[in-house]
Amino acid sequence: MELDRIENLLEKYFEGETTIAEENELKIYFSSSDVAQHLNHYRGMFGYFSAAKEQKFEKELPSKITTKKKVAWLSIAASIVILLGLFTFYNQNMTQNQDLGTYDDPEKAFQETQKALNLLSKNVNVGVEGMQYVQEYQQSTELIFKN
Amino acid sequence: MNQVEFVNLITPFKDKVFRLAKRLLVSTEEAQDATQEVLVKLWDKKEGLEKYGSVEAFAMTITKNYCLDQLKSKRAGNLQIVHNNFTDRQPLMQQQLEDSDSLSWVEKIINQLPEQQRMIVQFRDIEQYEFEEIAKMMDMNETAVRVALSRARKTIREFMTKTHSYGIG
Repeated sequence: MELDRIENLLEKYFEGETTIAEENELKIYFSSSDVAQHLNHYRGMFGYFSAAKEQKFEKELPSKITTKKKVAWLSIAASIVILLGLFTFYNQNMTQNQDLGTYDDPEKAFQETQKALNLLSKNVNVGVEGMQYVQEYQQSTELIFKN
Repeated sequence: MNQVEFVNLITPFKDKVFRLAKRLLVSTEEAQDATQEVLVKLWDKKEGLEKYGSVEAFAMTITKNYCLDQLKSKRAGNLQIVHNNFTDRQPLMQQQLEDSDSLSWVEKIINQLPEQQRMIVQFRDIEQYEFEEIAKMMDMNETAVRVALSRARKTIREFMTKTHSYGIG
């Protein structure tokens, strides 16, 4: 690139009269390896402008923008899962209860019921027999205490 | 406007917002906070954004005003000014800037300019906006922008020539 042209552009540049294209020309010139000795001190200046443009915003976007709706969706999804879980659990329990102790044949049902009631009364009598010992014991203690 | 559309809208200029905030506030952390603040403001106004000709210019104006407010409230309390001195001495810049002494010199010089000139240098020499756009964002006329820019560039040149003749730059 012609040195005269660069010097002219520099002059315009410092008066604030260069266009973007001309300023890019200067940036390119000063980033090259053959900058004229007497212009060398401008290298840092134009080099900085190019380097500074590379800085990036590296933090995440504000949570207000990125998570607000996600949280809403998550809570909706979670409540649906819980509801479904409760529903199936309840349903299963219901069907299990219905399966217990049902007979299709009334004769058989009667027999089974009788069996169950017999079993119950037998066990009740076992309890009563046990109580008779207790009664005996009480009678004897009453005798002792009376004396 | 949904989130995806909004993120697509801000992606082209969110780095520019950050760089302007950093130019004014100097500290990287404060600039990050300011950028998030500006993005939230845009998000809150997302329904009305279409009526602005350029959302980017609008975002830059919000950033400028927000950072100037921050600086004003900082000056009200002395503590923050001390904090500023610290960040100035220990530059939290990106690696490539730290690599070169003369580049961080330029950064220091620019950050010593008056705020108005600092913003104009940022807009023109770094972000390469047209004068017309800068005038709108700065709420100035184009001639005033050129005059301020010329002044800022000459100040930088003066420092560079000085440091160069001392053999530092």
